[in-house]
Amino acid sequence: MSNKLMTWIDARFPATKMFQEHMSQYYAPKNFNVWYFFGSLALLVLVNQLITGVWLTMSYTPSAEGAFASVEYIMRDVDFGWLIRYLHSTGASAFFVVVYLHMFRGMMYGSYRKPRELVWILGMFIYFALMAEAFLGYLLPWGQMSYWGAQVILNLIGAVPVIGEDLMQWIRGDYLISGITLNRFFSLHVIAVPIVLLALVFLHIIALHEVGSNNPDGVEIKDYKDKNGIPLDGIPFHPYYTVHDLVGVVVFLMIFLSVVFFFPDGGGYFLEAPNFEPANAMKTPEHIAPVWYFTPFYAMLRAVPDKLGGVVIMGAAIAILFVLPWLDRSKVKSIRYKGWFSRTSLTVFVLSFLTLGYLGAEAPTPIKTLIAQITTFLYFAHFLLLPFTPYFESTKPVPTRLKVAH
Amino acid sequence: MRKFRIFFIFVVFTLVQPSLWASSGHGVELPKIHVNLEDKVALQRGAQIFVNHCQGCHSMQYLRYERLAADLNIPPELAQQHLIFGNTKIGDPLLTRMQAKDAKTWFGIVPPDLTLVARRQGADWLYGYLTSFYADPARPWGVNNHVFPAVGMPHVLQQMQASMSKNAFNSAMSDLTHFMVYAAEPMQLQRRAMGRYVLLFLLVLLVPVYFLNREYWKDIH
Repeated sequence: MSNKLMTWIDARFPATKMFQEHMSQYYAPKNFNVWYFFGSLALLVLVNQLITGVWLTMSYTPSAEGAFASVEYIMRDVDFGWLIRYLHSTGASAFFVVVYLHMFRGMMYGSYRKPRELVWILGMFIYFALMAEAFLGYLLPWGQMSYWGAQVILNLIGAVPVIGEDLMQWIRGDYLISGITLNRFFSLHVIAVPIVLLALVFLHIIALHEVGSNNPDGVEIKDYKDKNGIPLDGIPFHPYYTVHDLVGVVVFLMIFLSVVFFFPDGGGYFLEAPNFEPANAMKTPEHIAPVWYFTPFYAMLRAVPDKLGGVVIMGAAIAILFVLPWLDRSKVKSIRYKGWFSRTSLTVFVLSFLTLGYLGAEAPTPIKTLIAQITTFLYFAHFLLLPFTPYFESTKPVPTRLKVAH
Repeated sequence: MRKFRIFFIFVVFTLVQPSLWASSGHGVELPKIHVNLEDKVALQRGAQIFVNHCQGCHSMQYLRYERLAADLNIPPELAQQHLIFGNTKIGDPLLTRMQAKDAKTWFGIVPPDLTLVARRQGADWLYGYLTSFYADPARPWGVNNHVFPAVGMPHVLQQMQASMSKNAFNSAMSDLTHFMVYAAEPMQLQRRAMGRYVLLFLLVLLVPVYFLNREYWKDIH
């Protein structure tokens, strides 16, 4: 019966063919380690955001008068509304956690190198769309930090020469952030950006499955095939990595849901305290800090004394990641076979990024600004030194065959 | 299995000790208060203090009497008798009867809604604020506050404070803080209770999932 049904479908739609191409006959390297969980986890969080988002939209009121109260209505009067809301708000932070770890994995093992440049660039577009989505969504609860956080970021557009002021007003749709801004942010947050995100995720996976996954050794498994043309060190994604990722999913859910059920505020970093006060255009909070996932870039912005210069540095910090595939000229992909300089440089980069993240959430002091300037410099130094590294660093020999990670 | 060990400790810790995160004050040393929302008696006393002393000026517009009564184990008839004034219905939220226009004339501002103040400021801040009014003739109402300098509110509880011992007053303010922490997030207890079951379920689920993975992978070398 089911065989007949599949034959009927396959004659009209390539269901079995697609499943084979992307799951049961998609050969992935057998040496994936714990870092390789974060791609599928990002997909899981995306689905969580979409589903909880649909349910939130059912009860949310996108107006300056009703937004704040409707969030409290969801928290108190909608059945399991609090759970849906906390899943969504914690999901936003979880999204950035897994995406940052996923990106770092790519940087460690050279997953952006030829032939995976487009996989990386599509991923960077996803990251960019994700930042837009998070920024737009953060205005919707219409709390004090929603309002003033958006104010600070939108003001940056005013730093653009000549057209800055007009551009800012065009985006806000008003002379200050108002219900009009809230409505258009809502529209973009629930329709426009999610469509773009889904399309980009689709393209990211199609591009990945065309070239095949990289691995911790940075070895191309397609270079060593058996007589049937199957990579010697490749194993079918399904069932091996589906059961493998399932372990990752359960462990991730345990951590994620611990936050949802026991620390939904995330210590004031996931839900900021001033956001429990409705937006008030007449009252500026004493300390405005963006949500944690934006703080590294916010710290860079503040590290530059000139506003336009700060915006340029902040933009450059993200833009430089797009050209990473062409900056790295090393003979080997993976950090495992690079020298001590590459390892140190990557470590310093990570520490700088974390330090900037901390500084961006703090009120500025002269010493903190100085540290932000140094770490901003180190952030860029990591990328700008990449093209020159091969001239003074020798690499280790890369193995031809892979070993399973334990 | 070794890599899971740290994670298990984390999970066990969250199951056993789901405490609130510490809050900070504005440069003032805040007294630490332990809020136990299982203490229904404290919550009931706190609710009573709120409706009698705070609600004259402040609302809790996102909290309904009905929800409050149900969560605090107060029978609806008793709630109607002791907590609800005038012809207010039990399904209504805790609104002040003071008109915004009058408040503007009397105080210069409309007193803020207090439903979410415990999440905005933290329990320690609230308790510190409630217990640290002091006489200051330079201020319009003759009082000031250590935690909230140049506060615009008169010391409404002055008579109450004068009528009882320091310990009794502090205990009353602790009850009021309990109630406000409850009001800011009424589902807190259900949230934690459900969370324990969810984590327990995942912990059990991890076992077959772990062995399923091991079974499949035992042939891969």
